[in-house]
Amino acid sequence: MQLTFSSLSQNESFARVAVAAFIAQLDPTMDELTEIKTVVSEAVTNAIIHGYEQNPAGVVHISAAIEDGVIDLVIRDEGVGISDIDEARQPLFTTKPELERSGMGFTIMENFMDKLEVESQPGTGTTIRLIKYLTKNKALCN
Amino acid sequence: MGLHIDMEVKQEVLCIRLSGELDHHTAESLHTKVTETIEKYHIHHLVLNLEKLTFMDSSGLGVILGRYKQIRLRNGEMVVCSISPPVKRLFEMSGLFKIIKLETSEKFALERLGVA
Repeated sequence: MQLTFSSLSQNESFARVAVAAFIAQLDPTMDELTEIKTVVSEAVTNAIIHGYEQNPAGVVHISAAIEDGVIDLVIRDEGVGISDIDEARQPLFTTKPELERSGMGFTIMENFMDKLEVESQPGTGTTIRLIKYLTKNKALCN
Repeated sequence: MGLHIDMEVKQEVLCIRLSGELDHHTAESLHTKVTETIEKYHIHHLVLNLEKLTFMDSSGLGVILGRYKQIRLRNGEMVVCSISPPVKRLFEMSGLFKIIKLETSEKFALERLGVA
C-alpha cells in the first residue's frame, strides 16, 4: 500500500487512519491498532514539523506492507534531514522546544514497535522504517 | 475527527474536558484556548478530563507539559483525570506523572484542589 500526501498537519489524522484500515485485515488487537496509529502519527508529524519545517509544498510518502503477518511501514520525506540521529532518538530531546515539542516521538516509536530504523542525510531527507510482529502471529511461531 | 474542547471555570480552577483526537494539528487550538482562558479568568489550577479523548500522541504530551509550566508560574497545580490505558501509557513513558497528579474522576480531581 502506498500513500503520498502534502506536508499539512490536517493529513496526520488521514495518514494514521489509512494505515490502520490497511492493517485491519490482520485482525489486530485494539492495543496493536492504537500503537500503529500512534507511531504513524509520530513519524508523519516529524516529517511535517522537522523535515519540511511546516512547508506545505513538501510531500510525505508512506508505504505499508504485510508479509507473513508482519507489518512493515516506511515513512519518508525529502526534507532537511537529521544531522545527529543518535541525539534525535534520545528521550525528551527536541530541536524545537519553542513549539512545545515533547521530544518523545522516537521513544514512542521504539516502545510501540519491534524494530525502528532511521536513515537520514542532511539536505536529502529522512526515511523511517518500522516493523511490528502482531501477538497472534508471535503465538503461532511457538 | 477533530478535537472538541469544553471548558468550565470553577472559582480559581479551569476544568478542561477533551473529546476526539489530540495530535499536532489539534494541539494548537488547545494551546490558544487554554492560554487565553487562564489569563482572562485569573486561573490558578487546571483539571484536565480526558475521559472522551480517543487518540493522543507526543504532540499532546508537549501541549499538556506546556500548560503545566504555564500554571506552575502561577504556583498552581494540574490534575489529570479519567485517563484511558493507551493515554496513560504515554504519560508513564514520558514521566509526566512525576509532576502531574492523576485522579480517577473529575469529582476527585476538584476535591483535591479544594473545589467541590
